[in-house]
Amino acid sequence: MSTPFAQGVAAGAIRSGTSILYGALGEVIVERAGMVNLGLEGCMLVGACFGFVATAETGNAYIGLIAAALAGGVFNQLFGFLVVTRRANQLASGLTLMFFSLGLTAIVGKDYVGRKVQGLDTWHMPLLSDIRWVGPVLFRGDLLTFGMVPMALAVWYALYRTRWGLSLRTVGENRTAAFAAGLRPERIQYQALFVGGMLGGLGGAHLSLSYAGVWVEGMTSGRGFIAVALVIFASWQPLRAIAGALLFGGAIAFQLQLQARDTSISPFLLDMLPYLLTLLVLLVWGRNRQYQMPQGLTEVFEGTS
Amino acid sequence: MRMKLRQSLALAVTAVATLALVACGGGSTSASPTAASSASAGTSATQAPADKLIVGAIHVGSVKDNGYNQAMHEALEQMKKNLPNVEVIEAENVPESADAERVMENMIQKGAKLILPLSFGYLDPALNVAAKHPDVIFEHPAGFKQAPNLGTFWSDTTSMEYLMGIAAAKSTKSNKLGWIIGFPIPNILTSINAFELGAQSVNPSVTTQVIVDNAWVDPAKEAEAVNALADSGVDVVTMIVDSPATVVETADKRGIMSIGFHCLCVQQSAGNGWLTGIGFTWGDLFTQFAKDVMAGTWKSANNVGTIGKGYATIAPFGPKVTDDTKALIDAKKADIIAGKLNVFTGPIKDNGGKVVIEAGQTGNIPDLLGTTDYLVEGVSGKIK
Repeated sequence: MSTPFAQGVAAGAIRSGTSILYGALGEVIVERAGMVNLGLEGCMLVGACFGFVATAETGNAYIGLIAAALAGGVFNQLFGFLVVTRRANQLASGLTLMFFSLGLTAIVGKDYVGRKVQGLDTWHMPLLSDIRWVGPVLFRGDLLTFGMVPMALAVWYALYRTRWGLSLRTVGENRTAAFAAGLRPERIQYQALFVGGMLGGLGGAHLSLSYAGVWVEGMTSGRGFIAVALVIFASWQPLRAIAGALLFGGAIAFQLQLQARDTSISPFLLDMLPYLLTLLVLLVWGRNRQYQMPQGLTEVFEGTS
Repeated sequence: MRMKLRQSLALAVTAVATLALVACGGGSTSASPTAASSASAGTSATQAPADKLIVGAIHVGSVKDNGYNQAMHEALEQMKKNLPNVEVIEAENVPESADAERVMENMIQKGAKLILPLSFGYLDPALNVAAKHPDVIFEHPAGFKQAPNLGTFWSDTTSMEYLMGIAAAKSTKSNKLGWIIGFPIPNILTSINAFELGAQSVNPSVTTQVIVDNAWVDPAKEAEAVNALADSGVDVVTMIVDSPATVVETADKRGIMSIGFHCLCVQQSAGNGWLTGIGFTWGDLFTQFAKDVMAGTWKSANNVGTIGKGYATIAPFGPKVTDDTKALIDAKKADIIAGKLNVFTGPIKDNGGKVVIEAGQTGNIPDLLGTTDYLVEGVSGKIK
């Protein structure tokens, strides 16, 4: 009956890591374009809410996903207006938008609390999903879990193998140089925010449409902030974000799996694990990875002087 | 300088918009100033009988949460059906802060003579408003303080959890049951203990595993907790978190059984794995409150109902519960109501082996609800 501990943690890491990975990939794109968006938590919340609302209205979770992506993208344009056009403080703008989204989604989602929807289908890949140990972990999931690696590859390709990605990274390193080279930094930053917001929205939608299957106010509960920390861990590389998301998702799953198997460790200590891991990452990698950081990010306070 | 001003303006506008939205999301009654009608300037409600009544109710969450708030809302609906001349004003998502006072004042202005602040954290705000309006009656759930015009009510579901334990132990194949709780507070620990004692009464080898979520509302974590329990071999889960919906749905996805709490309505989400559950059914009590207020006979009291009172109800059984089990539960229920069976009859040991209730003694449930800081033998999980 019971599943081996490692298998339980691995499957849990993928389930919990999915929403975090999409959020982190979105943030990678945004930070590569020279912005730090602390509003990612809000962006994911907007995705969770609008995805759920659209699914409840249309009865189709895939339309819900499209709505979530669009809502996330549009929501991030607010950040763009504040930060790119108005040159407001990035950190303050991000946090403000996070709180804004709490209120916005509370109103929009008010009538959808407690609604039951047909969420994303769970697919069991024929034959593969029956492989001992590996099958249940890797070959059972929904569209977004199966999309984790392809999406990270797509983001990598877009950033490193396309002209748009090159321009985006140039803007992130040095806006002035990019401008002098004939690029339009503001337009590229808006584009980065839109694409990043779409990914964040998808991450949120995974929570409401698959993982939990309900809409509740504030249901992202800090996963967006974990995703922001994850970007540093991944040193702004989309492919490394996969490992990071599994690590953080694993930390969430690990503590619940431990509790379910009767450890003598306090649940309050265990509950700190994902956040301790975040702190550890910042301590260990925060400093010596600065050279990998997009140069534009060192100017996050631009506009306050 | 000009640039700086514009930036601050942009930020300020966002901040104000945010605050406005948060506030709207908070108290969703519309403050209609015209509603301050002559109804509020009437006679003192405690004396003169009235044939009409406006009841104001405030909820901490959405009334469609499939949980605590929905149970309260359904009771109000039942009261309205029982008493057609009672009008109800409801407000949802009201924070447990001074905002609650503002919403209550607003309802009193609209003529409400009975206010139901329906969450634990509304107690102090309600006492403040009650002191200012001696002609308005208040009834608060689970409160531990009363006032001349503020009474409290609650339903003690402890001995019903004993019956839930019987249903679970009779249905489990793996002899492993699971609990998911928001926080390990005494009244929840008492519920878990009663549940395990009930389970042991029919099958001594049944164990219960507890997972502490550290949140009343975090559906993604609740889902993962169900998965973790299912992975460890648990095949019946139950919970005390705000909304049972995610837990019962995830249990259904994993093909394990579930027992609900808070609202009978959650059964719709549970599928074939549904065994039974406990739902608050306050409809008759609310009807009585309204009748007493209208008749001028209302008295302030702490009204705590136990299993026989009907303030909470055992949910309909699912297809997996056998007729024998149903009969056994009915018999035990009758014994508890008749006083022949005390759930906490010693000797009872905690899960560290220490005797907590001596042989020949029984635990007094109201005391246990306030003081329990242990899990009984057979329950595993750290709570500190």
